[in-house]
Amino acid sequence: MTILSLGIVRGLAGQVIGTALGILLAVIVRIEMGLSVEVTEGAVIVGILLGAVGFMIGVGALKDWFKWMVRIETPLRHGPPEGKPAWTRYFGVDYSHKIIGIQYGVTSIALLFLAGMLALTFRLELTNSGLQFLDNHTYNTIMSTHGIVMIAAMLVGIGAMANYLTPLMIGASDMVFPRLNAFAFWINVPAAIIVAASMYVGGWDTGWTAYAPLSINAPLGMQFVLLGVFLVGLSSILGSVNVIVTVLHLRAPGMSLFRMPIFVWSVLATSIIALTATQLIGLSFLMVSAERALGMTFFSPVLTPGAVAIGSPAGQVLLFQNLFWFYSHPAVYVFILPGLGVISELLPVFARKPLFGYKWVALSSIAIALMGFLVWGHHMFTSGMFEGLRIPFMVTTMLIAVPTGVKFFSWVGTLWGGKISLQTPMLFTLGAISIFLIGGLTGPPNGVAVTDLFLHDTYYIVGHFHATMFGGFIFPFIAAIYYWYPKITGRMYDETLGKIHFWLMLPAFWLQSLAMARIGLLGMRRRIADWDATLGIELGQLLITIAGFAIGLSMLIFLANLIISAVRGRVAGSNPWQSRSPEFQIPSPIPEHSYAQPPVITGEPYDYTVPGSVYVSPSPASSAAD
Amino acid sequence: MKHFIVVVVLIAIVTAAVGFVLLPQNILPTLASEEGAYVDQLFSGYAFLIAFFFALIVVIMLYSAVVFRRKKGDDKPGANVHGNSVLEVIWTIVPLGIVLVLSGIGAVYLNSTLESEPDEMVVEVTAAQWSWRFDYPEYGVSSSELILPNGRQVLFEFESLDVIHSFWVPEFRLKQDIVPGITTSLRLKPTLSGEYTVRCAELCGLNHDYMLAPVTVMEPADFESWVTAQTVLEALLPEERGQQLAQLNGCIGCHSADGSPSVGPTWLGLFGSEKLLEGGGSIRVDELYLLKSILDPNAQIVEGFLPDLMPRVYEDTFSEAEIEDLIAYIRGLGN
Repeated sequence: MTILSLGIVRGLAGQVIGTALGILLAVIVRIEMGLSVEVTEGAVIVGILLGAVGFMIGVGALKDWFKWMVRIETPLRHGPPEGKPAWTRYFGVDYSHKIIGIQYGVTSIALLFLAGMLALTFRLELTNSGLQFLDNHTYNTIMSTHGIVMIAAMLVGIGAMANYLTPLMIGASDMVFPRLNAFAFWINVPAAIIVAASMYVGGWDTGWTAYAPLSINAPLGMQFVLLGVFLVGLSSILGSVNVIVTVLHLRAPGMSLFRMPIFVWSVLATSIIALTATQLIGLSFLMVSAERALGMTFFSPVLTPGAVAIGSPAGQVLLFQNLFWFYSHPAVYVFILPGLGVISELLPVFARKPLFGYKWVALSSIAIALMGFLVWGHHMFTSGMFEGLRIPFMVTTMLIAVPTGVKFFSWVGTLWGGKISLQTPMLFTLGAISIFLIGGLTGPPNGVAVTDLFLHDTYYIVGHFHATMFGGFIFPFIAAIYYWYPKITGRMYDETLGKIHFWLMLPAFWLQSLAMARIGLLGMRRRIADWDATLGIELGQLLITIAGFAIGLSMLIFLANLIISAVRGRVAGSNPWQSRSPEFQIPSPIPEHSYAQPPVITGEPYDYTVPGSVYVSPSPASSAAD
Repeated sequence: MKHFIVVVVLIAIVTAAVGFVLLPQNILPTLASEEGAYVDQLFSGYAFLIAFFFALIVVIMLYSAVVFRRKKGDDKPGANVHGNSVLEVIWTIVPLGIVLVLSGIGAVYLNSTLESEPDEMVVEVTAAQWSWRFDYPEYGVSSSELILPNGRQVLFEFESLDVIHSFWVPEFRLKQDIVPGITTSLRLKPTLSGEYTVRCAELCGLNHDYMLAPVTVMEPADFESWVTAQTVLEALLPEERGQQLAQLNGCIGCHSADGSPSVGPTWLGLFGSEKLLEGGGSIRVDELYLLKSILDPNAQIVEGFLPDLMPRVYEDTFSEAEIEDLIAYIRGLGN
């Protein structure tokens, strides 16, 4: 076995070669056109895109499709690759949803750590007024990259949960399109490299929102971000097609929609948004990319000489914001719905009680997903948009509170009168509810336009959306990792380390959120490298930084727990939580093909209190074999 | 029943405590405008509403986690409850009502902030990376500081020379983005004399954090004397007018007059000096070079400085006479 037999190594080599070829190609075209010999931004674009193609060819994500073109049959094989150790599966293209799920998960955790380290870097800077060790440009670059990498990390983390869990929970042996699944994962890797590279090619200074016209004048790093995000978006679209078809098509016999585990509903809702809205951020970023490289006037109100020559009208600044938020608000629900699904999934297991109002919870996810399309204007209350539109956007925004409220009430309804045990996954679930509650309750003041005119672009908003993202994604994601860890590895994580992780992270996050909101109300703006000592926010800034480092430390403990327990943890058995869910009825770690025969669903998923009720019956064929 | 009573009492206590902490006088800075009062009124309403829903969820959750804790060895399931349609309908309808009422109040207040008073004063605000300029067409004066009379409504009309900025004085509460290509506006009536700061609230590139301007709200009589003093300044020497222009238009944000390093070359000792250029060569700084650099900043960049940072709008925004005044000012700072 040589190093080149690892797909990822070939992929990286392919990316380097593709990038170089792309730049060369563009320079040759310039020479042919009689232009000066230089590497323009247009050449860099060609390089970035061919680099991504090079990665995908190198890693082998396109191999089967190429073979199909020349009519070579490619059977879907499972198990470790021939002549290679089993661990190599994780470093190359593999079509098993469980391998892909782990690949997504590890990538997500790696990106979370990268983005977290960027955050700690600029939090250290923000602890005191004045500039300590960063300059304005470096701060802007690091702060912007933190934002966009976190968003990529969350999308990839959702890919992890959706891909690993969905087929298991519906009793299927795999996703419906395994090759598309592998493609959708692997495109994230060159994309993440491109986004991270932005910091080393001049940086960028627009924040993750990339508002035009600032993004049109920003340094070259901007172009890397625009294209990297476009590729992550492509992954999101392809992944969601796969999830929707899998959920609608591959459910086990007897599993009607209202008998699905509740997490599957949330993944379905999220996929509907990701499938239909992601195009808009891709579009808006491509338009900025073209405006930068080709001088097309989409968003800039100042005409380029080329635009004047052809009589083109000036660009519309607010058009960018409309296109951008048409995706980027629903995207918030893409991030949180699976997390809220995890909360709803875990509560009944640890409270030994049915999920309160299953249908209401299931449909509230769909309601949030659909209503989320009608609220993007609330990001633009101060933007100078048509004044008459602010009121309808305010009303639609406030209405989102209703289905979100249904979830909260159903959760406490599930807890009430339960038999609650507080192992680490449950602690993170309850912690997630408390943090998502801060995010939820700090929301309506932003939704009401008048108060948003005060709060917009302050640190209050930073506190609000970090609480929403941590409560809606990070905490549930961690809960999910602890909960399914014994299923994935066959071994139990260390409970003591898990509890230390929780009791360090939860108070730290609470402190951070409240301090962020507090200093924002006192006049601290978003996205500034230096702040004004006259605001009276020294203590708040210090506490946020300390809390940030406590969260970072707790995440290191988490990582250590995951790594050590994979080797040393005690053997967990097939169903350590006495869950009724299908994936806990098969051995741990899960066999290559999960279910030997599709299971048959004969009851309700969460009837922990109904004597004799069975959710998953072994299929007739397999029980006959026993 | 016992559980129910304890929980209700706990919710009441937590609501009262949290609600008190969240009252606007405890969490917001000083209020200094009439329109901003709507924000504070709404915050008074939010305080107990937020506190109640916070208490409702947190109290029930923590109470359950403690009281309904599973004892060791107890394998029996929890209460056999699958849901309750009446409760579901209630907790759909009640929040629906609350958010509709809030939206209604929000809409009425939003419209109130747009109301114009007959004696309103127009202030034209020009924002650029990274400076503020305030013009008072009624008096024919301009300033790099925002000076306002207490008790008179101001209609701000905003224009941007480059990217999006946002006008925000926390004590006035309301903010408004300043968008290149369109004119936006905001009405504010100061109600409290004092010193404040305009803070650009929309990320606008490199020195966004330092895009501040002092605000002084003063009694109307003091404002009249300030206007008079400003008008007298108009009859000045070219280099004095140049100095004013440099301040008003934010030139000094990037070009210091005292030799301190900044985004662009300092003007102290610049005129008459020999400078190396980016991309090779050198130049003696004279009137012609300064003129060229103001109109086309990227043409000949002094070594050690970056292109594209200086706006390329001054050909349109300055008159020829103004550029001559500026050059006179820079010449005066030279060797």
